[in-house]
Amino acid sequence: MKRVVITGIGIYSCIGSNKEEVREGLYNGKCGIDTEPLRTEYGYRSSLTGVVPKPNLKEALNRRQRICLPEEGEYAYMATEEALKDAGIDLDYLEKNETGILYGNDSSSKAVIESHELCVEKKDTTLLGSGAIFQSMNSTVTMNLSTIYKLRGINMTISAACASGSHTIGLGAMFIRLGLQNMIICGGAQETNYLSMASFDGLSAFSMRMDDPKKASRPFDKGRDGLVPSGGAATVILEEYEHAVKRGAHIYAEVAGYGFSSNGAHISQPSNEGSALAMIRALEDARLKPSEIDYINAHATSTVLGDTYEAMAIDSIFAQHKTPVSSTKGMTGHECWMAGASEIVYTLLMMRDSFIAPNINLEEPDDISKKLNIIAGTLDKKLDICLSNSFGFGGTNSALILKKI
Amino acid sequence: MDRKQIIEIVNKFLIEDIEIDSNALIEEALLKEDLGIDSLDFVDIVVVVEQNFGFKIKPEEMSKVKTLSQFYDYIEGKLK
Repeated sequence: MKRVVITGIGIYSCIGSNKEEVREGLYNGKCGIDTEPLRTEYGYRSSLTGVVPKPNLKEALNRRQRICLPEEGEYAYMATEEALKDAGIDLDYLEKNETGILYGNDSSSKAVIESHELCVEKKDTTLLGSGAIFQSMNSTVTMNLSTIYKLRGINMTISAACASGSHTIGLGAMFIRLGLQNMIICGGAQETNYLSMASFDGLSAFSMRMDDPKKASRPFDKGRDGLVPSGGAATVILEEYEHAVKRGAHIYAEVAGYGFSSNGAHISQPSNEGSALAMIRALEDARLKPSEIDYINAHATSTVLGDTYEAMAIDSIFAQHKTPVSSTKGMTGHECWMAGASEIVYTLLMMRDSFIAPNINLEEPDDISKKLNIIAGTLDKKLDICLSNSFGFGGTNSALILKKI
Repeated sequence: MDRKQIIEIVNKFLIEDIEIDSNALIEEALLKEDLGIDSLDFVDIVVVVEQNFGFKIKPEEMSKVKTLSQFYDYIEGKLK
């Protein structure tokens, strides 16, 4: 089996528009959440959201490229540009060397809804414009980026709810381990517009703490009242180890383990057993013991059920080791389809700069979370091996282990 | 609307919406070969013509339109 490493990272999120801004945000416990009054007018219960600026792509991309990109595609382009540059990869390299793309995305609501509204008004599909179809499909990110970057390797979107970005990296690692690809662009993207989250808001899953947005997302805290939707995009460049060494590329870490499972149970409720199984499989895959994990980046979204079941799962494996745990979602909100990839980028930045980003807004852990070693304030600490959890609707679970080499 | 006004409007959207270089907009320019208008661009031209001139281009009528001059003629004819 080949070894798989990460040689480039890029991030476009509500706490920063590039990796260095995000690194500062993570270290300082910056919160990127605010209210969007339009949501209340539209009929949302909660107007809270992660606030992500619209990228200006007028100079970077031509008209055809721009009109086919939906909002989450624009975010993905920004993150991927940064990641490729970070890895020392340019268009000339991509034209000469087969490179793949696997990206997590599970909606493109704005493009679909706007096309519908225009069609209702015009009663004529030919007036929807040429970009609408390419913006509307779930695979919009991979179809656009593969065209922009002239990619000729594996090319597909992974839709696995809030674990999409994580599974993407795990599956990308499998392609490289098997020797099928030398390099794959992996990541996750999430639209943040008000059209995209209405039906999720309708489940009463979102925090109602609109009077104090920066305190709204409170993973593991007894006083939490729901998650805050957010988004953006995160990209990592996965590369076969020997290939990276030959190129002289900087290596952030090895993707040492990937574990997956499916709960086979409720459509929205998580499971401690399923979550634990994904972590155990990741440990087995990496041939590591729980005691060797320096830090766990939890999925914890700030919902009672989700946080509790994850805390139970982590406790069942790591209890005796008091492994440090934090959820970055207090700062970022829940980046959904992007989260599994962005939290790998957050974890890599922590590993690079030797710190654990804080689980902000943790004032009093709930009874189960009390058993965990949750890091509420930034902690300077050398990190060599880290685990990142991602879970999604339908009971899909993914756990990734990163190891410095 | 006279031909001069039609040319102004058409050139404006070809430059601004379709992002064609203004220097390329000469009357004898071939839409496909010289201006690089492909089948997807044509879908967007249908939209901007509807927005600017209030009528819907019929693809079968456009099959005979090869040059920019013929495109101006086509619009002029539809507006009469």
